[in-house]
Amino acid sequence: MASLREVEQRIKSTKNTRQITKAMQMVSASKLSRAEANAKQFVPYMDKIEEVVGSIASATQGSSHPMLVSRPVKKTGYLIVTSDRGLVGGYNSHVLRKAKRAIEQRHASKDEISLFIIGSKGTDFFKRLGFTVEESLIGVSDHPSFEEVKDIANKAVGMFTEGNYDELYLYYNHFVSAISNEPTERKLLPLTDLDSSGVSSSYEFEPSAEVILESLLPQYAESLIYGAVLDGKASEHASSMTAMKTATDNATDLIDDLTLVFNRARQAAITQEITEIVAGVAALE
Amino acid sequence: MKIKVNIVTPDGPVMETEADMVIAVTETGELGVLPGHIAMVAPLDIGALRLKNGTDTDHVAVNGGFLEVRPDVVTVLAQSAELASHIDVARAELARKKAEVALQQQTNKVEAQMAELSLRRAINRIKVSGM
Repeated sequence: MASLREVEQRIKSTKNTRQITKAMQMVSASKLSRAEANAKQFVPYMDKIEEVVGSIASATQGSSHPMLVSRPVKKTGYLIVTSDRGLVGGYNSHVLRKAKRAIEQRHASKDEISLFIIGSKGTDFFKRLGFTVEESLIGVSDHPSFEEVKDIANKAVGMFTEGNYDELYLYYNHFVSAISNEPTERKLLPLTDLDSSGVSSSYEFEPSAEVILESLLPQYAESLIYGAVLDGKASEHASSMTAMKTATDNATDLIDDLTLVFNRARQAAITQEITEIVAGVAALE
Repeated sequence: MKIKVNIVTPDGPVMETEADMVIAVTETGELGVLPGHIAMVAPLDIGALRLKNGTDTDHVAVNGGFLEVRPDVVTVLAQSAELASHIDVARAELARKKAEVALQQQTNKVEAQMAELSLRRAINRIKVSGM
């Protein structure tokens, strides 16, 4: 059995760990509520742009805009949203596994894909597997602004338009609730599933619908990417909160067990001492 | 009669107000919108959005995006937008200097274009803040 002092040491260090994980849990909880608020702020913009895109798409049926037309797929782009740091439970591994599996199923060679990765975890993961990462974005803040994500989004959409690849998939963790999120795949480009139902108004286009599509569609696609990043951030904070809560609970359990061991050892020591004294007294009589 | 004006960006709504007349810089030139305008969509250029109320004019620096017009409401969907009074001139000046340097050094066509765009954005913000 471990000595009293050893057990005491372990209890103390576990308590310190618990204090840290508990603090991290609370930090993540407050970040989560801000991330949710950010995601909410983005909704009016997204709704509006979706409405306008839908109505323009329905007004220009059969448009030949490159972003609306499916072409034979020779090369595929992937944009994957991960986090920069660990301690977020299965957040990164889930989405990375999903992306990796899809890539392995669809492509025979690594030359058929272009990777855009947000977050150092994903970047390291794919580099380790021997993939070339086209562009990676590291150091996204906890509450990203559109400005931060714009460059990588711009590049991913731009390379599609230039014909470097013929499809663009988006992988991120969709925030379901504070305790669950699911890795999600979304086919971003070409935009084939534009929802033109429920369009109430028809517009005049100035100068023409084609010209508007030219600048509206990239903006729409970039907004979708930004939306995914916001969604991913909310999931990241939620995962981190859950992971830290589990760690705190585990530490509490461990402390309880150790305290029991400690008390038993202490009692044993006392009993032994009394026995020795009594034995000593008996020997004197 | 007034027309409602909403300016929304990916970072959230910037303003919600009313105006007698809205003047925007679109890619094909300036466009004035009065209440009762026909439903319309036009792409915006980097420029100043003017909101006229009586004799007052509010200026908003707008960076690209769209103008959506309905008879009673104008919605601006911009990548970023700032009220003249909220613009940090010192930061805009800094951005302008950086963009100018970048523009001179760029040989790559795409990057030169990007530098030019950020230069135009910075100049626009400086101009609007002085209006």
